[in-house]
Amino acid sequence: MPESPISHTLQVFLHILTVLLLSPLIPGLINKVKAVMAGRHGPPILQLYYDLAKLSRKQAVFSRTTTWIFLAGPVGAVAVGLMAAMLVPFGHGHAPLRFQGDVILFAYLFGLARFLTVLSALDTGSSFEGMGAAREVTFAALAEPALFLGFAALAKSTGSLSLSTMLAHTGPHFKFSGPLVLVLAGWAIVYMAENSRIPVDDPNTHLELTMIHEVMVLDHSGRPFALVLYGASVKLLVLGALLVGPVLPRNGNPWFNWLAFYLALGALAVAVGIAESVMARFRMTKVPQFLVAGVLATAFAFLLMLV
Amino acid sequence: MDAAQALVDGAAGVAPMILYLLAILFAAFSGVPGLFVKNHGARIAATLMVASALLGISAAAGVLLGGPVASLQIHGTPLVSWGRLDFDPIAAFFVVPVLLLSAMASVYGIGYWGEHQEGARALRFFLGLLAAFLALLVGAAHAFVFLLAWEGMALMAFILVMTEDREPGTRRAAWIYLASTHTGTLLLIGGFALMMMANGSFAFSALPPGFAASGRGTAMFVLFLLGFGFKAGMLPFHFWLPPAHAAAPSHVSSVMSGILIKMGILGFIRLVSWVSDPPVWWGGTILVLGAISGIMGVALALGQHDLKRLLAYHSIENIGIILLGLGLGLIGKSTGHGSLQVLGFAGALLHVWNHSLFKGLLFLAAGSVAHATGTRDLERMGGLGRLMPKTAAAFLVGAWAICGLPPLNGFVSEWLIYLGAFRGLGLSRWAFSLITLGALSVIGALALACFAKAFGVVFQGEPRSDGAAQAHESSSAMLVPMGVLALACAAIGLAPIVISTPLNRVVSTLAAEGQGLPSLGSLAELGWLSAMAVPLLVLGLILWKWAVPSPRLKELPTWGCGYIAPTPRMQYTASSFADGLVQGMNWVLWTKVQSGRVRGFFPFPRRFESHLPDPVLDRVADPGLRGTAFLLSGLRFLQAGHMSIYLMYVLLTLLTLLVWMVV
Repeated sequence: MPESPISHTLQVFLHILTVLLLSPLIPGLINKVKAVMAGRHGPPILQLYYDLAKLSRKQAVFSRTTTWIFLAGPVGAVAVGLMAAMLVPFGHGHAPLRFQGDVILFAYLFGLARFLTVLSALDTGSSFEGMGAAREVTFAALAEPALFLGFAALAKSTGSLSLSTMLAHTGPHFKFSGPLVLVLAGWAIVYMAENSRIPVDDPNTHLELTMIHEVMVLDHSGRPFALVLYGASVKLLVLGALLVGPVLPRNGNPWFNWLAFYLALGALAVAVGIAESVMARFRMTKVPQFLVAGVLATAFAFLLMLV
Repeated sequence: MDAAQALVDGAAGVAPMILYLLAILFAAFSGVPGLFVKNHGARIAATLMVASALLGISAAAGVLLGGPVASLQIHGTPLVSWGRLDFDPIAAFFVVPVLLLSAMASVYGIGYWGEHQEGARALRFFLGLLAAFLALLVGAAHAFVFLLAWEGMALMAFILVMTEDREPGTRRAAWIYLASTHTGTLLLIGGFALMMMANGSFAFSALPPGFAASGRGTAMFVLFLLGFGFKAGMLPFHFWLPPAHAAAPSHVSSVMSGILIKMGILGFIRLVSWVSDPPVWWGGTILVLGAISGIMGVALALGQHDLKRLLAYHSIENIGIILLGLGLGLIGKSTGHGSLQVLGFAGALLHVWNHSLFKGLLFLAAGSVAHATGTRDLERMGGLGRLMPKTAAAFLVGAWAICGLPPLNGFVSEWLIYLGAFRGLGLSRWAFSLITLGALSVIGALALACFAKAFGVVFQGEPRSDGAAQAHESSSAMLVPMGVLALACAAIGLAPIVISTPLNRVVSTLAAEGQGLPSLGSLAELGWLSAMAVPLLVLGLILWKWAVPSPRLKELPTWGCGYIAPTPRMQYTASSFADGLVQGMNWVLWTKVQSGRVRGFFPFPRRFESHLPDPVLDRVADPGLRGTAFLLSGLRFLQAGHMSIYLMYVLLTLLTLLVWMVV
């Protein structure tokens, strides 16, 4: 589809604005859905924007145990999230940056964010944060193969190694077929685990012993904490775009595509909110089984494509 | 005109060969002046080694950037050649890490092993000889030279591992290493004998077509696989590696892990270059062994409490990654898929460089830590990031790179192997590509867990022992080599395009006769990695500026979650950090745990101890060999200890051979 340079520039601009400005909306939407499901009023949808504004004016407290690495976690999470966002197609056909093999870089960028977050948790010397960090790396070892097996299935189906083609042009045979459903099911599990949502992790729990992500950032405050929250919301958006990408309708009108993208993302947030309302968090010992289910789903997706 | 042209070519080829031979000589003699002078031996040795590295690398650069290949014949008699040295692209590619890391280790030695410490002279002397033998080995193009250098390398390494021979653990490690390396050499002699039967000469040259698939070809491959696999530390022949790397002085460990085990990979690469039609199962076997080595190596690393043993197991993991790339490339060569061949071989070769850079760096940093704290036990460390910030930064760069995280060099080589595997999914034999993808993703996640553990427990939090609390930053002689290696890691990571030409040059020598290969640049857009890395760093810097407070409040403790008086010993330990993963894989790891039950409201103190023995050494090789020794003890009467009896054995053997040859 030929595209005029002006339209292309507009698309890229919109892509960047979407990830920069709209990310904090998703946690707000999820929380609103959870509140409605529980019969509460709940915080306003824009609550995270208010929180970020407040935190960026607050003074940060640093433990005397910490070093410069304490800051690397929050900074790395946001920088990585924004760079990874440039590789995923949103509403329009292509991501702003695309090349053969960007899919591997995408996955490893989030690995980098995890590495830095875990190190900044360990930097405090708190055993609770160590506990959260240990859980994070343990569960990631099971989420990673599921992500890559899903990529393998999409790569085999599209013959491409670039997210822009793998997600946006899955081909007529692949859309809403068995393998795609299995890939998305497996990735949905990865999405829950990577974004620390119920049933893997409970972002609202009150006991440090049972947390994963929240306990790793216990000692962050002020601007670094604002980065932590913002980074988490960017991750929700970027991985959400990965999840909804293959099922989005794509036609010649870019603005229609953008509308579909926003609607799909909103639907994803509502679905996460509903899932969190009707489920409880798994016991920590059950989480690996849940993640293995994700690996198996994507592995079956790959095998199904061969028949 | 043609003759003149040939003469010019020959003259151009002579220069790299002379530089290469000079580099070997400089390295070999680097420790000699130190034997005679009183005070500055370490500095002289380091200067000579750096000079040797500069000579060797400039020679290599010429060949790798497209210069002519030089060859040196050593004639014994007019008819029989006793040896040949080729400074070809493969040799040039391997000589770079060999000389660079040896030079850095030598400089590090100035600060690490004091001038008047016991064994300092011997250590320098044998380290220089080790570097010389390694450099000779990469250029060997004849089985005699190859085996000579191979044995020299093995013996020098044995002597170096024995440096602290007062420790019983060191002696045991060194003997296990010596026995293993000689088993490997024996297998290689068998392999070279079969090669000679196919080629009619011990000089390295292409094997005749069809040989690889024959019975003798199969036997040759198996012997080389085992022989080179022993040296590389491929599972299940890795068991000599962790004890030897842990027992050796740290700069020797860094040379052993960074380059000595890569000589096994060099062997595989040479083998690949001789065979134009490898059967698919060759590549498949190497790939599957690579997947097993990679996953088991990192899994065993997770359970270690000794910093250097942990790093040693990661060497096995990285050998696994290299073998994955090598296997993919070999499958590509068998099936005629040029893209698979280029990406697999390029990824494996680049990982050889990368691993020697970041693993050398990590062992040097671990040596600084051991030097400063007096222990290698992870559970006694902590908080070193504030006491020795430069060492911590160096270790962080190494850990970052070895986890394969962008934008450092480890990512580039893993990316190439990933690209090969993804492309392979669409070709025949896709199952091997799927194994590679699965293995690489698991290895990546587990390596991240392991290095988060290592860095977190050693450098972060509060010191867990007095030794750690009194640690001090290392001297600049130790910091400079770490800095150089860290910069090299960053350079390859940020501008991978620079190694594209050398990789192409080496990969093209691995092509089958008359096979045209696509260039690396057309398969992997390396420029994009730089294009992503630079904005990432800029973005990080901007956010950093925004987030960093001024002035910084630093009087407050870490929040104790309601506990009033947490002590440093209550921090999360290395064992607890890895426990979830180790438990999950206990069906292959078999951890040994000794603990007492805690009962009642006021329990007595209890001990908890967990230990992860090597599954091959402690559970198979050790009991198996002891049992064999016991069974064979009945044959001891043959060793009577009289010279005449041994002469009789020789005579009987000769007679038997004579009868066998005549009849």
